[in-house]
Amino acid sequence: MPKRDLISVEDLSRADVELILDTAESFLPVLERDIKKVPTLRGRTIINLFWEASTRTSSSFDLAAKRLSADTLALKASGSAVEKGETLKDTAITLSAYSPDIIVMRHPSAGACQTLSANTEASVINAGDGKHQHPTQCLLDLFSMRQNLGRDLDGLKVFIIGDILHSRVARSDIMGFQMLGMHVTLVAPPTLMPRGIEEMGVTVEYDLANLKDADVIYLLRIQKERIKPGAAYLPSLREYSQLWGISQARLRPGQRVMHPGPINRGVEIASDIADDDENLIAHQVFSGLAVRMAILYRTIVGYSDGAASGEVL
Amino acid sequence: MERTWCKHLPAAELLIKGGRVVDPESGVDAVQDVLVKQGKVAEVGKDLKAGKNTRVVDAAGMLVLPGFVDLHAHFRTPGREDEEDIATASAAAAAGGYVAAFGMANTDPVIDNAGLLKGLALQATVDAVVPVGFFAAVTKGLEGQELTEMGELGAAGAMAFSDDGMPLPTAAITRRALQYVKVSKRFIAIHAQDASLFKGGQMHEGPASARLGLTGIPSLCESLDVSRTLDIAAYEDADLHVCHVSTEASLEAIARAKEAGVRVTTEVTPHHLTLNDERIASLDPNLKMNPPLRAESDRRALVEALKSGLIDCVATDHAPHVSEEKDVPYEEAPFGCIGLETAFSVLNKELVEAGELDLATLVTRMSAAPARIAGLEAPTVAAGAPADLCVVDPAAVWTVTPEALQSRSWNSPWLGQDLTGKVRLTVAAGRVAWDDLA
Repeated sequence: MPKRDLISVEDLSRADVELILDTAESFLPVLERDIKKVPTLRGRTIINLFWEASTRTSSSFDLAAKRLSADTLALKASGSAVEKGETLKDTAITLSAYSPDIIVMRHPSAGACQTLSANTEASVINAGDGKHQHPTQCLLDLFSMRQNLGRDLDGLKVFIIGDILHSRVARSDIMGFQMLGMHVTLVAPPTLMPRGIEEMGVTVEYDLANLKDADVIYLLRIQKERIKPGAAYLPSLREYSQLWGISQARLRPGQRVMHPGPINRGVEIASDIADDDENLIAHQVFSGLAVRMAILYRTIVGYSDGAASGEVL
Repeated sequence: MERTWCKHLPAAELLIKGGRVVDPESGVDAVQDVLVKQGKVAEVGKDLKAGKNTRVVDAAGMLVLPGFVDLHAHFRTPGREDEEDIATASAAAAAGGYVAAFGMANTDPVIDNAGLLKGLALQATVDAVVPVGFFAAVTKGLEGQELTEMGELGAAGAMAFSDDGMPLPTAAITRRALQYVKVSKRFIAIHAQDASLFKGGQMHEGPASARLGLTGIPSLCESLDVSRTLDIAAYEDADLHVCHVSTEASLEAIARAKEAGVRVTTEVTPHHLTLNDERIASLDPNLKMNPPLRAESDRRALVEALKSGLIDCVATDHAPHVSEEKDVPYEEAPFGCIGLETAFSVLNKELVEAGELDLATLVTRMSAAPARIAGLEAPTVAAGAPADLCVVDPAAVWTVTPEALQSRSWNSPWLGQDLTGKVRLTVAAGRVAWDDLA
């Protein structure tokens, strides 16, 4: 079986996505047991390479691998040979000497997963590369939607609001949401909306006038760097909050709020929403574990339906 | 005035038999024999007879073309001989059918003084298999502050002046350069780019960059600087050459200026004529160049402009990089690709065979047009002319591999791909510079 990478949502068919979500669902009972571990990937080796800061993604990949009984190895840029100037190609060659089955990588540069994949026999899973893609975030978002809004997501209206320009999450989510039949509207300040993004088949808006149409409101983090002198994307976080920030007052009943985290209270999201049980933000973190278990499992055993996940547990 | 130099090779005596001579300069497109002797095209006609010491080349089914001239290459000498040097760059030029090539001044140290230029000219007389020449910098150290000694550099043989790779930073220094270049009777060649709009750019800004999440380089980044510099050239009545034009908006500005009588010439690269920004989806670092591959609408406009003559010539922007530099994630890779050895093959396959451009026009844009801009005699396959020609097998299919290339680097957008059309023989200044017939 040739190795299978997951670098972009485009690497998956709709059937693949649905299989991953079904597999994740079948892992849920495991996560509720007292002994939260299955022997499925015993003897397999999974390396986590995080060249960029991460809490949710790195911890959930690490825990997902451990729940499946795989041997894991975690490396960060600081304290590794990267600080001595080792290239990614050489890091890939070095780590491949341990014959890992999967290398999970987060990297600040788009194209890093391709460089890694070209130099290792291991399957590469992209845990975020520059502003390019974050496919596992998209899959866990879909899982949270399916668990909370019903299995059929077809026709749902999602508004993604915030810094689209710098967001790998937005790019992966647009692809994944559309794949499952949802309609995507992007809302951002004009300076943070990528030119030409409408060719992805999304509706582009610069204000919240149509927010009432949304079933799901997906917020993106606004970074302080965007108001630095010379960057000039935004005049102030205060004005962002006034024009694009989401608080209870702007919502109608039934609308569900999502956010990939970490959140900026008082900027893109008001505390009255962040602290409200109706939002899906904590559920997204929970989904991260089950979905990443499913991704690791499918990457190793394959995407064919034959290996129905329930049988192996 | 000597503006190109090469090593002294023995003059060839060749009878090139039965090839299709396509020479727009002499208006010939016919199957002819071509006799090369004592550095010149001795005779062109039917059934020419070989002398006792004449090598006969069977060119049946092949094209016999005037040799090409490249106004824009990076020889990487001095400073980065690990990437290329005059010997390998000129060998690559010869293998691509070029009979002259000009190196840009962004070397280390920068070609910004006559001593260095004279040294390189001397080196070329030892190393170069086809005549090569050099641009000198517009500003000392390419720093955009002080002008170089264009008088002395011009007298030492600088073909023209360019800070290629580093855009001129202000309208004021651009104006001074366009004023002062007149002492050399040559011209300024600009790498048009507004630095503030370029910042952090990775690829053309448009739907593809939006989808990929790579920082965009707007077409405005080029066209704004083209327009501004054209206005200055018009105001100063100066000679300007716009390097590697890549956008439709720049072409519109150049068309307006040409109509208004501004003395501007321009060039386009084979990659901008044949590839577009959609290709970056592969994140192949060999597709990362500056200016970046543009939108399909830009590419089509470039082809039309090359056809009409709004774009004067093809230039390669041959930019070698060692594999260590390119074998990194796309976002971390340097800009640039090689092009001397693939230029004709690529354009022949993608434009001529696709019916987008006729062969004679392509030949003019690769040969006579750039030669005239460089101040050289236009190559022609006509009796009495210097023997500057190439023989091309238009049907030969070859694969671009590191081993197949004469260049020391192999950062080609076409690496691993098959191209149609192979240069089999290049005669430059009457000497055989490339021989792939054996």
